[in-house]
Amino acid sequence: MRAVDALMECLKAEGVDVVFGLPGGANLPTYDAFVDGGIRHILVRHEAGGGHAAEGYAKATGKVGVAFATSGPGATNLITPICDAMMDSVPVVFITGQVRTELLGTDGFQEADTIGITMPVVKHSFMIQQPQELPRAIHEAFHIARTGRPGPVLVDIPMDLSRAEIAYEPVSDVRLPGYQPRVEGNQKQIRQAAKAFASAQRPVIYAGGGIVNANAAEELTEFVRSDRFPVTCTLMGLGAFPAPDPQWLGMLGMHGTRAANYAMDEADLICAVGARFDDRITGKLSEFAPRAKFIHIDVDPAEISKNVPAHIPIVGDAKHVLAKLLVEYRAIGADPARLDAWWSRIEGWREKYPLAYEDSADAEIKPQYMVQALFEATGGEAIVTSDVGQHQMWAAQYYDFPQPRRWINSGGLGTMGFGLPAAMGAAVGCPDRLVCCIAGDGSVQMNAQELATCAQNNTPIKVFIMNNGYLGMVRQWQELFWDGRYSQVDMGEFPDFVKLAEAYGVTGMRLEDKRTLVDDMKRAIATDGPVLVDVRVTREENTYPMIPAGQAAREMVG
Amino acid sequence: MGEPGTKAPLSLEELEASSNLRTGRKHVLSILVENKSGVLTRIAGLFARRGFNIDTLTVGPTEDEQISRVTLTVDGALHPIDQVTKQLHKLVNVLKIRDLEPNDTVARELALFKVAADGVQRGELMQIAEIFRGKVVDVTKRAVIIEVTGTTDKIEAFENMVRPFGLIEMMRTGEIAISRGRSET
Ligand SMILES: Cc1ncc(C[n+]2csc(CCOP(=O)(O)OP(=O)(O)O)c2C)c(N)n1
Ligand SMILES: [Mg+2]
Repeated sequence: MRAVDALMECLKAEGVDVVFGLPGGANLPTYDAFVDGGIRHILVRHEAGGGHAAEGYAKATGKVGVAFATSGPGATNLITPICDAMMDSVPVVFITGQVRTELLGTDGFQEADTIGITMPVVKHSFMIQQPQELPRAIHEAFHIARTGRPGPVLVDIPMDLSRAEIAYEPVSDVRLPGYQPRVEGNQKQIRQAAKAFASAQRPVIYAGGGIVNANAAEELTEFVRSDRFPVTCTLMGLGAFPAPDPQWLGMLGMHGTRAANYAMDEADLICAVGARFDDRITGKLSEFAPRAKFIHIDVDPAEISKNVPAHIPIVGDAKHVLAKLLVEYRAIGADPARLDAWWSRIEGWREKYPLAYEDSADAEIKPQYMVQALFEATGGEAIVTSDVGQHQMWAAQYYDFPQPRRWINSGGLGTMGFGLPAAMGAAVGCPDRLVCCIAGDGSVQMNAQELATCAQNNTPIKVFIMNNGYLGMVRQWQELFWDGRYSQVDMGEFPDFVKLAEAYGVTGMRLEDKRTLVDDMKRAIATDGPVLVDVRVTREENTYPMIPAGQAAREMVG
Repeated sequence: MGEPGTKAPLSLEELEASSNLRTGRKHVLSILVENKSGVLTRIAGLFARRGFNIDTLTVGPTEDEQISRVTLTVDGALHPIDQVTKQLHKLVNVLKIRDLEPNDTVARELALFKVAADGVQRGELMQIAEIFRGKVVDVTKRAVIIEVTGTTDKIEAFENMVRPFGLIEMMRTGEIAISRGRSET
């Protein structure tokens, strides 16, 4: 069979049920194979939409997402999703076409050095040099994408090789001598960590997206509940511990709660699990958690002591390590009463500084209220994706996620235009779940073309645009840190989102009245097929609280 | 480890942070890699984007044709070597990394010096070369080429000696290094 037919077999063997992509000259053989390949292909309108859809699919299902593109511009259109998947550790396999081998290096039509361009932002990549290498490369790509710290893997296939005949034999093993992620944590270190917890007077568990990736939410929850440990999650970790909960401090970091950030500041022991001490968490590094000792659990050894030196480093998968940590900790039988003083301190912050905003007295929709209304309209049960900006932070603050894989956003790269295609991917992967996107009016325009894809496939995503007419987060920074000198942030009333929706064959709605908002949202959700809702919110509202960039947690404002 | 748990207390005060500090010395990293296209680019790219400087880098075959060895030197005063090696380990084609202990390592570099040697100075130059066990590999009326092998220190010392004669050109291979004794590098 042709190498591309073998490719279809490999995808099926990997359990792939759907892929996202857009064809072109260099991957015509692949697209020919799709005709009878037995794999569902969703034709996107821009490769970036396909890439983010594959990410959304992966994040919602826990399976590997797959995106296809042709050579040159098709491949370069994938750069943003590839980089996004790298930053947020999302398992996606990207398969690109390449010019014929005889044209490689000649600046042939639609030739781009895809391997070279993507090298800094992939977990690994394969350039196919012999057609018979393809099946093994595909399986290795899936293996690498899925295991250890997940991430994007790219396979670049020259057109002539993809149509070459090969003797296909199913591949049942991978041979990657240089790739052996460590899963089990060191038992001695785990015991040491348990002892540290037992001695700690002011512990905090700082949980990140690694918990979600490792499917370790249950283990985390059990460990947190094995004593009265306070827990906070990063933007990527929301849902790893069910919110709300008495032991849950809310999100930490730049727009986290004061309780979470102050607890980190005063903690004597911080246990980071699947988190990487990003600058949006630490603020000013030299003043970050000055009194704390650190336990750092991560499957990627390079994250440990990268930004903050760890006292007890544990390399391993969060699921394994937390399960063992629980056993060790229980056996010690520490006295929960030692945490009384700590809790009364935390409760003090909670009472004094709850997440709050001044609500409107009339029909005006405050953006925070919009998120609360969506929470109510969905019963808190939706998968929620978001774009990047103020709406993203309000969604993270005001929508409580009871489970992992319910909150899907672009954290590390902060990619505007992520939300809508990611929602599409999530909805394709989880057809029985309600999938909503809290979009920014600026962000949504960066991948709005995928509304056509949703309309064509009747993918029933409900997109709620938090329309403030601004690139709001940038406006906020200009207001707060640049003397209110607004520069290129006002987008006016363009486009007319209802008409845009209709042009795409999607139901469009406009909501402007707070008093009926919940019911109107329920109506949108009950409408069949994809729906785009233009929610008009207060134009100039700031996201608070906030640790100004580069400052310490104590410097929180708002 | 036996049964879980222990009543032995632990004071948080006792805990020491894993040292992320600069070691302050030169490190020779001996890296075995799969002999596949693009591997060197991956290594060089990693150093560039993480802001690590490579002082010297050599690549060559090993006794196994599927495997190549990259020997590179990095300044541990400027970079956290621990982070450098961990990042290198993440490259799928990197099989093994050894941060060679200076005392247990034989390191060599080869250098070629093209030195101006008109008339009177020539004898003196030859003498210096001899002291350094250098080999004169080419002589013309106006220049000699001297080959020197040795540690980086020796080569730098030789360079300092011949510079006053008029160093026209110098080429160095960068260090290769092998561990002493029976064990594999
Ligand atoms: C692709 C991209 N370009 C620029 C930015 C910088 N940026 C961050 S937030 C933001 C504003 C986003 O506006 P909108 O989507 O309307 O969200 P809002 O902040 O108003 O809720 C911008 C421009 C970005 N994150 N991504
Ligand atoms: Mg906006």
